[in-house]
Amino acid sequence: MIRQAVLSAAILSAAAAADAAAADPGRGKELYESRCGGCHSLDANRVGPAHRGVYGRKAGTAPNFNYSAAVRNSGVVWEGKTLDAWLTDPQRLIPGQRMNFRISAAEDRTDIIAYLRQQSGR
Amino acid sequence: MSRIIDQHRRRFLRASGVTVLSASAVALLAGCEKMAAAQTSNSAGDVGILNTALGLEHEAISAYQVGAASDLLQKPVLEVAVRFQSHHKGHRDALIATIRKLGGMPVAAKSDAEVAQALNAAALKTQVDVLRLAQRLEKGAANAYIGVIPSFSDKALAQVSARLAADEAMHWTVLTQVLNDSLPASALTFGA
Repeated sequence: MIRQAVLSAAILSAAAAADAAAADPGRGKELYESRCGGCHSLDANRVGPAHRGVYGRKAGTAPNFNYSAAVRNSGVVWEGKTLDAWLTDPQRLIPGQRMNFRISAAEDRTDIIAYLRQQSGR
Repeated sequence: MSRIIDQHRRRFLRASGVTVLSASAVALLAGCEKMAAAQTSNSAGDVGILNTALGLEHEAISAYQVGAASDLLQKPVLEVAVRFQSHHKGHRDALIATIRKLGGMPVAAKSDAEVAQALNAAALKTQVDVLRLAQRLEKGAANAYIGVIPSFSDKALAQVSARLAADEAMHWTVLTQVLNDSLPASALTFGA
């Protein structure tokens, strides 16, 4: 049983590493501009907060942005898994949030996250 | 035409047994204020989405204002920009009315100066620069409206979001033609 669990974890870890390796931040930039650019910029708070530096940042802490209490108090830190969950269904990750925008295609999310990570110097 | 659409919508909704909130939203769309005001429901999530959309419309109105006041637009282009701005004002007014009737508080607009700074309007030096910014914002807005559709609890409001997205896509298409850009080679350009 333990051996199976370890094997499963190893497979999942390898799959995650493969996903990260396959991520295309160049495509992510295009997707970011077309999908997220209606509300977000890298360096300015608009309808949504500025995104440069978001990877690795605690949710609700971009300077001078008026967050919902739900995001501010979520305790979420933005990294691969949490960003993927957020872009899949923000309300499921942080009930009471205000974004509600979803990206259904996993590869799109992966590439956008890779771009945000790149722009955060991570 | 709108009367035909409303009749179809009412028939469909009667047949499908929609929720109280859907009935409320449909009443708003049909302009039946008394009926809408009588509806109450747990619509906080939907109001939140509508308020985010309102913030986007506020920004679009300011962006077109900044462009129109820049003296960079030639007369025929300026007229189109002002027309598009009037569409965004129509979106804004519809969203504010819906948010209020669902018991929410509409978000306030930022100043044009704040929006200009956030969009780096100081970098706009030519008419093409202004049109590129508008094109980018319209595509983003269309995609934003498409991207929130699955999050609405009220399908009638999701339909409104699709209608708003269609307006933004229309704006993007006109701007793309004015800029002499190629139209997309593939289908399903928006929302992807």
